Amino acid sequence: MLSAEEIHEIEAEAAHYPTREAVSIDALRIVQRHRGWVDDESLRDIAGHLGMSPTDLDSVATFYNLIFRRPVGRHVIMVCDSVSCWIMGCDRMRKHLCEHLGIEVGETTPDNRFTLLPIVCLGCCDHAPAMMVNRDLHGDLDPRKIDAALEKYS
Amino acid sequence: MTATTEKPLTGRMRPDGSFLDVRAYEQAGGYQAIRKVLSGGLTPKAVTDEVKEAGLRGRGGAGFLTGVKWSFVPLGKDAPSPTYLVVNADEMEPGTFKDRLLMERDPHQLIEGAMVAGFAIEADVAYIFLRGEYSLAAGRLSRAIAEAYERHYLGKNIFGSGYCLELHLHLSGGRYICGDETGLLNALEGKRANPRSKPPFPPVVGLFGKPTVVNNVETISCVPHIINNGAAWFRGLGRTKDAGTKLFGVSGKVKRPGLWELPIGTPIREILEEHAGGMRDGVKFRGLLPGGSSTPFIVEEHLDTPMDFTEMPKAGSRLGTGTMIVLDDQTCPVGMTWNMMRFFARESCGFCTPCWSGLGWAERILKSMEEGRGQSGDLEKLGFQAKMWAPGNTFCALAPGAADPLETALKYFRSDFERHITEHRCPWT
Repeated sequence: MLSAEEIHEIEAEAAHYPTREAVSIDALRIVQRHRGWVDDESLRDIAGHLGMSPTDLDSVATFYNLIFRRPVGRHVIMVCDSVSCWIMGCDRMRKHLCEHLGIEVGETTPDNRFTLLPIVCLGCCDHAPAMMVNRDLHGDLDPRKIDAALEKYS
Repeated sequence: MTATTEKPLTGRMRPDGSFLDVRAYEQAGGYQAIRKVLSGGLTPKAVTDEVKEAGLRGRGGAGFLTGVKWSFVPLGKDAPSPTYLVVNADEMEPGTFKDRLLMERDPHQLIEGAMVAGFAIEADVAYIFLRGEYSLAAGRLSRAIAEAYERHYLGKNIFGSGYCLELHLHLSGGRYICGDETGLLNALEGKRANPRSKPPFPPVVGLFGKPTVVNNVETISCVPHIINNGAAWFRGLGRTKDAGTKLFGVSGKVKRPGLWELPIGTPIREILEEHAGGMRDGVKFRGLLPGGSSTPFIVEEHLDTPMDFTEMPKAGSRLGTGTMIVLDDQTCPVGMTWNMMRFFARESCGFCTPCWSGLGWAERILKSMEEGRGQSGDLEKLGFQAKMWAPGNTFCALAPGAADPLETALKYFRSDFERHITEHRCPWT
């Protein structure tokens, strides 16, 4: 069931569009912000609220990179692997993150603290290599800076 | 002031990185353009004509004349209603980091530009389509939009003129293809961002089937300055026949990667050497992509080309987004091309066969070459694929954009590709 708060936020966005379907991506984002990810039941509830078929909504949800249809950890690390960051050594940064966290890209640490995902260009190319942790952008990365940055996320 | 020192887009930004709120923006001369339009009795057509006369071309990369695009929108009482303006703030072209600065540091400039553009096309509603990862820009834009509504600069009867405009911020779910004009419109309608077949074009049949103009952030940010200072002034800013200033960026192994507002038509070499400080010690220049991953490589012999829409095609490339990615001699050109093809293959929406099938094929060939499993005939296969991605074979520009760096990499760095095959390894690892 969607919470009153979630419904309130969805309806505030819905006022900006002439159709119910148009708010689907906002609704997915809103529910994900409250729950960390979008499970099957949440997906069905959002679809029902917007008058869409769950299958249709799932085809939207799975299309977009920032909608999670599988559980993620408390903090999501997204490492840029696009061309400027690649030139500046993002493969080494990703390898360091995998070793440091003991997981592969796409996985979550056993303590549920971090999920590691790839992301396309973060628009931080003059400070490559770069990553985002939750909503925070971190640039000019090296292994030491990565370790220091991750300490802030408990 | 001379043309080379004028920085209309970035000149009033604060050096400390904070943003201009509505008060600071107005103190710096902001919201005068929209006042001039609304109180001066200018017609929508007059505004469009001024922008057309200014020679403003789309800063998202395609370079279409902005005023001409606006003029396709039907106006008047019998026109379909509502009309939409969409600001394309889905900056996801690899190597591009210019619109983020404009939104983070001077969000009201973008809002005022949207108001003027909205007036010119008689828009009822405007959306800023922002990529979901730009959280700092999202926060500052939200605040700026709220400030504008509080002062009744947005909403009904703006400045008592009768002009109404609603402006909403939409955060994307994240996908490169949303940057395509019609892919973006489908995303705004809450659908998968598959680009649409064209025609019809958005100014006639766009968002929710209504007339819609989609303009890039930098394009819209230029608009208030054109209204304030006039078309002739804007034309005079460029160093070539093209008009205005342009945000130019450099990334890669240069001494000072960064972003600068310079006259359009500034030669590549000047940007690379004077602004970016030249190559880092110990590495040599080999080539660059002038405006993001979808632009063709250029090499040393082209460095004196002015960075603009007219001159770059003469060097076999395009201005694109104006943010260059530099390839150096310590970096493998095959690896770099593989990285970009992996990106394009991953971000294809999956609709047109030459794109979803061909990009993956090319990506696998490049991967095998990097891993020492390249075979004779691979380069011919890559060249064939790139031809299959030509404009007209797909709905949108993603695949043609992928063909540009691939074909030029094969042209300029052919011996490096051949070495991967004959030596059964990547010479750079």
